[in-house]
Amino acid sequence: MIRWNLTWDKGVGLFLIFAVLLGSLLSDNFANASNLSFVLRDVTEFAIIALAMTFLIISGEIDLSVASTLNLSSASLGFLYRAGVPFEVAIVGGLLVGLACGLFNGWLVTKLGLPSLAVTIATLALYRGLSYALLGNQPVNELPEFWIGIGYGRIPGTFLPWSTILLVVLAAVAWFVLHHTRYGRWTFAIGVNAEAAKFSGIPVQRTKLMLFAMTGLMSGVAGVVYTLRFASASPDGAVGYELSIIAAVLFGGVSIAGGIGTMWGVIAAVLSLGVIRSALQLAGFTANSLLIVSGGLLLISVIAPKVTETLRNRTRAESKDNTKKTIREVGNE
Amino acid sequence: MNNRLFKSGARAFALSAVVALGIAGCASTPEATTTEETSSSTETTTETAESYRIAIMPKAINIGYFSAWDEGAQKACEELGASCDYIGPNEATGPAQVQFINQVIQEGYDALVISAADQNAIVPALQEAAAAGITIVTSDADVAAESADARLVTVLPSAADRIGTAEVDWVAEEIGEEGCVTILSAAATAANQNVWIAAMGPYLEATYPNMSWCGGDLESATFYGDDDATKSVEQFNAILSQYPDVAGIIAPTTVGVLAAAQEKKAKGASVAVTGLGLPSEMAPYIEDGTIAKVGLWNPIDLGYVAVYAAVLGMNGEFDGSVGSTFSAGEGSYEVVEGGIAYLGDPFTFTIDNIATFKEIY
Repeated sequence: MIRWNLTWDKGVGLFLIFAVLLGSLLSDNFANASNLSFVLRDVTEFAIIALAMTFLIISGEIDLSVASTLNLSSASLGFLYRAGVPFEVAIVGGLLVGLACGLFNGWLVTKLGLPSLAVTIATLALYRGLSYALLGNQPVNELPEFWIGIGYGRIPGTFLPWSTILLVVLAAVAWFVLHHTRYGRWTFAIGVNAEAAKFSGIPVQRTKLMLFAMTGLMSGVAGVVYTLRFASASPDGAVGYELSIIAAVLFGGVSIAGGIGTMWGVIAAVLSLGVIRSALQLAGFTANSLLIVSGGLLLISVIAPKVTETLRNRTRAESKDNTKKTIREVGNE
Repeated sequence: MNNRLFKSGARAFALSAVVALGIAGCASTPEATTTEETSSSTETTTETAESYRIAIMPKAINIGYFSAWDEGAQKACEELGASCDYIGPNEATGPAQVQFINQVIQEGYDALVISAADQNAIVPALQEAAAAGITIVTSDADVAAESADARLVTVLPSAADRIGTAEVDWVAEEIGEEGCVTILSAAATAANQNVWIAAMGPYLEATYPNMSWCGGDLESATFYGDDDATKSVEQFNAILSQYPDVAGIIAPTTVGVLAAAQEKKAKGASVAVTGLGLPSEMAPYIEDGTIAKVGLWNPIDLGYVAVYAAVLGMNGEFDGSVGSTFSAGEGSYEVVEGGIAYLGDPFTFTIDNIATFKEIY
């Protein structure tokens, strides 16, 4: 029997390595600095939101409105800038709108006791609609050169996009809070059993409200990154991102039922999906086959934990049988 | 519990660090390969453009219109000896297209011919591609006017006034340059149609002395079907009852021209109908003789001419500046204000070519 305990998040880490090796084998253009910067830039918005989504799903809730929140924050930024507000102030405005979106979701869920799935399906449409109301059909472009440089450019002398600094800092904070503070422990406790958590003195509603607010704020941050990277704010951006983000979080080993998950698993999952996409693309796969491959991967990620669980239970059952046998044998002696 | 998580976290971190180092380790400098390619291509430019690799990127693959666009591009590639790949996203959004522009940069293509899915979002990526030495030509859909420096030139169908005046020529041809003509437009506020109609007015009066606008002026000859099939049919009948002697109707909208063709056939009316129509929708009416000719842009030519512009640009025979010209196949194209090369007249569909084009778009 294998003694090394292969948990799902380690598996995702291994998969990341596999994806990198695969990419290097498939294409000469894969394993170099410039491609790494493309992959990083491509996954940044997903990763930033996935950090917050990890907390939310571990606590047993979900937010489907993140992509619409991202876009509403971007649209608000664009709207303010077009109205003549200085760009830096407009960025703060965009972040505040993201925070407000999250607080509104959280308020509906915690104060009115509505299910988060239903609430955020509604706000998914609502926030998207507000983006259209703000910008009409007219995207905002001609943003300040300096900020576009930050959004698209790289740190001088390196291949790293500026947004990577932001991502590393946010990921470190998210990892620390989830695994090393009482807020993290509360999040797990609420996800395992909210009722029990409440009786052991954990402020369940307040924690959940905060998690929703943080998810909104992180979507706002992603919205600002998105706006700068694409040098424009449009009402129809980031459509469908919420599904990719949730898929990545689940692929990272977070249980949709709540209570289980690690930050490293999620980060490895987001990176893996970016890497595998780039690897296949450079290997000459078309957009159509990419869709099939990524869909297949996610399906495997849903099935695999179930299979390993079954296998583990069977092994456990077998070893239990062995133990019984031993006891019987000992008894016979 | 916490400690165990920390350990697994630390292990995962170590793994990713190894990966990162691995990537940095095998980071072969992309500049080196690019230089090799460039030098080899300079050697061969004297003969042909043999070594050019061109990416042909639609707004989205899986769209018939863009398959036709690519067909034209591939034809030019064959004539010029370039090797061309048709790559792109399967959703027509800027961010999705950027991932494929990155691929083009990464694989060191010499040129990119692209139909912009988003006039702003792809601009930073295009600028990066240009900085990497890739020649960029937009075709069919351009980037925003203020970002025009991101590409060499754009190849677009027809100048706005020519779309209007060409339709007058078509109707004149069919009615023998004699009689009164009306217009069945989209909404009264439709910006494109209004520009085209404004160009039609003086052109008809100046070019065809025996033709006129029914009711005496352009305004009384213009009807609005609001791009609604039912309303367009009503307006078609309103034209016939208001001007029984009407010789021709110009419908500069695909909805209007289709409605007019259907109603003309149903009524057995003798009025000539022409305008801007989709070949797939108009085919039955052209095939049974209800309609002689409609026009629209031809994606095949757009792709074809764009590849020529890109290759000539790389050869240094064309710089994309306003007033400069280039030839593609039998045509010659001049770059006008805004860095735009127009194909010229809208492409027309008649009984001779409708069978081919109805399959395309």
